[in-house]
Amino acid sequence: MTGEDGSDQGSLEELMAGFRATSGGVTARFGAAQATIIRDLVGQIADLISEDWPGGGGAGPGAGEPGWPDDGPAGPDDLAAMIGLTDNTKLPDDPILARLLPDAYRDDPEASGEFRRYTEQGLRSGKVAAARTVLATLPAGGGRVRLSGPEAEAWLRALNDVRLALGVRLEVTDDFDDRVEEIAPDDPRAAYVDVYHWLAFLEETLVRALS
Amino acid sequence: MSVAPAEVERPETGERAVPDSPWVTIVWNDPVNLMSYVTYVFQTVFGYGKPKAEKLMLDVHHKGKAVVSSGAREAMERDAETLHGYGLWATISHDS
Repeated sequence: MTGEDGSDQGSLEELMAGFRATSGGVTARFGAAQATIIRDLVGQIADLISEDWPGGGGAGPGAGEPGWPDDGPAGPDDLAAMIGLTDNTKLPDDPILARLLPDAYRDDPEASGEFRRYTEQGLRSGKVAAARTVLATLPAGGGRVRLSGPEAEAWLRALNDVRLALGVRLEVTDDFDDRVEEIAPDDPRAAYVDVYHWLAFLEETLVRALS
Repeated sequence: MSVAPAEVERPETGERAVPDSPWVTIVWNDPVNLMSYVTYVFQTVFGYGKPKAEKLMLDVHHKGKAVVSSGAREAMERDAETLHGYGLWATISHDS
């Protein structure tokens, strides 16, 4: 749609404004570079969550219908996957996955494992679905994005997952703002500091638009 | 946490029935999740009003954690699962 928003590029002010509420949901305008960053990071999280998938009997969340066997006769593993049961009971080794899929019991590995067996596939599927909603609603070249309530919720969770992942990589702590200058300009993490802060702002505007 | 919890006197036997399965869901502080986001999640997931959601968020922020729901173990596991979906760091424990 064009019209009240003027040119397709949008003003710098508009590109930096983040989300605002509309009658049917929320809207924001993204520049091409902004869209590339979001799509890249959200896609990376979706890949990470789908790829490193030890359970699920071969029908991991990467499949079209999460937890549903693609084809062939349903064996015991497929049935387990269908009802969202997995053999996996361990906290992921990857620190980002460990943050996104945390243990539910602090000092009870057995209870955590059992919880994970019943919930991890659904949790992974939900996160991948949220990421896919972002990829489906954000044009690769940027532009105006209009989201329904449920789409905006998916964006919120997907953006937050990206920030959690960046937080792990950047080793964000409560005094991060004080430490941020310790990251040298030639450090590969330096570029992501700005992205991390921008995504926090974007998420803040989205929360406000939904509240 | 710097403030010690008040000592709670145990009711004498037969005085009052202690509720069964007093399990709780705890949300832990983390440096990434936005305060506004955490408040929004508490409102959305539990249907808490903004004042209660904000108070819980501030407890998480200042005290390091907060009990956000209590009840049967199965219900707490559902709450934790939902909160993990939102990226909050939630755990379940027996409120002993």
